[in-house]
Amino acid sequence: MSNVPGDLQYTRSHEWVRRLPNGELEMGITDHAQSALGDLVFVEVPPIDRKLARGEACAVVESVKAASDVYSPIAGRVTASNTQLAAQPELLNQDPYGQGWLMRLAPETGQGDADLISAVEYSKFLEDSQ
Amino acid sequence: MGLKTPLYDSARAQGGKFIDFGGWDLPVSFGSQLEEHHAVRREAGVFDVSHMGIVDIEGDRSQALLRELLANDVSKLTVPGRALYSCMLRPTGGIMDDLIVYLRGAGAYRLVVNAGTRAKDLAWITEHAARAGVQVRERTDLAMLAIQGPKARARAMPLLPEMLREPAARLQRFSAAEAGDWFVARTGYTGEDGFEVMLPADDAVSLWRALSAKEVRPIGLGARDTLRLEAGMNLYGNDMDESRHPLESGLEWTVAFEPRDRNFIGRAALEALRARADHALFVGLLLEERGVLRSHQRIDAPLPGSGDAPPPASRDAPPLAARDAPGALGEVTSGTFSPTLNRSIGLARVARGAGPQVLVDIRGKAHAARIVKPPFVREGRILIDL
Repeated sequence: MSNVPGDLQYTRSHEWVRRLPNGELEMGITDHAQSALGDLVFVEVPPIDRKLARGEACAVVESVKAASDVYSPIAGRVTASNTQLAAQPELLNQDPYGQGWLMRLAPETGQGDADLISAVEYSKFLEDSQ
Repeated sequence: MGLKTPLYDSARAQGGKFIDFGGWDLPVSFGSQLEEHHAVRREAGVFDVSHMGIVDIEGDRSQALLRELLANDVSKLTVPGRALYSCMLRPTGGIMDDLIVYLRGAGAYRLVVNAGTRAKDLAWITEHAARAGVQVRERTDLAMLAIQGPKARARAMPLLPEMLREPAARLQRFSAAEAGDWFVARTGYTGEDGFEVMLPADDAVSLWRALSAKEVRPIGLGARDTLRLEAGMNLYGNDMDESRHPLESGLEWTVAFEPRDRNFIGRAALEALRARADHALFVGLLLEERGVLRSHQRIDAPLPGSGDAPPPASRDAPPLAARDAPGALGEVTSGTFSPTLNRSIGLARVARGAGPQVLVDIRGKAHAARIVKPPFVREGRILIDL
């Protein structure tokens, strides 16, 4: 069974979102996503200051098997991206909710995040899509 | 639910992740595909390849039949047990399948064909065999395991039936020994030494389990693909199909044009293509940037004046067939990440005169790649300049 931490929010496209004390959001791909992709060998993260629309393709994670786009869960600006993944893409397999984080975003003001779902909802979504 | 091999339950119990492969439920990996790849390069692994078709052909005229059906010449097989790799062609020269044929005795051959083509292969072979009065029998009663890696033979040997152990130990490469319904060949699809064992389906589970106990770990289809690609071996359906002929698929070496009076199916078409000598070439590709080559990516000439790249292909180079992307030099037919090289590699079909430097379109961005001569890796050793 895949790990779905209760303190994070999720998207139906298998991204996770963590709210940071400074108001920014950290995001990555879920344990289910990394497991489905298999061994990751290439990760491309966006440059700092790039503006993203909600649902925009903003990163690429590529495994031995396949390439997959990662979508921005919110509208915002990139404040940091995990450049360590270029040299160590396996961090994303080993620790998807920690060292495998992809980027941090400063949300655009006035934008809701209605598409984000809770850990309980995401777990149910995974079960239903089995 | 797809077709299941006799090893389905065993592989499931070992944590295999299953996918559909040509109608069969087969494990793609048992955990980390990269670890499985390295296990075969460094130690030993076992693949369930029971989905492949095993076809026995017997009769006085079986040699004549196969000399007509196959582009390679089975008359090269003079000693029982010897094997030959060959294409089977349509009259157009298009590749129906690639297969291995073993000589088993006077007038007795065994073919091992791809799972995805077995039905049409059988229909084609049976139709020609009926005219020649030759018996064709598909051996669905047999399972097949590929045991591959530098330590594969040593670990597998004690698990073979007693009467096969000594003959198996003495096997030269690309030859086989048999006893009863057990058939052991020193062949494979990984670029490593090893055996391919055909055996009664009822015996397959116990051999699989015994191998696991001997530290021959189960390997899925994912690593099978990265291993064969590093070894520079074609995959039917990716690298060639009925719309492609051997000369543009890196398989000219498998076509026996001599002796000239052997009139195999596809010969006339291939001779005309060979005389025109304007067909595309089949090459290896090494990606020189980060990223991963995948099948169907487009290959272009480098931009003029970019760095120290040589000039693009000569203007005389004929364009690829009209069905290919206009202006493109060619297309990646198979691509992956190479765990041994820690780089991306591929096989590709390109116009003559292309390279050595080319550009590959990966999701809309041009990436520098270099044309190289496969294989990339054999027996654990890297054979190309990185």
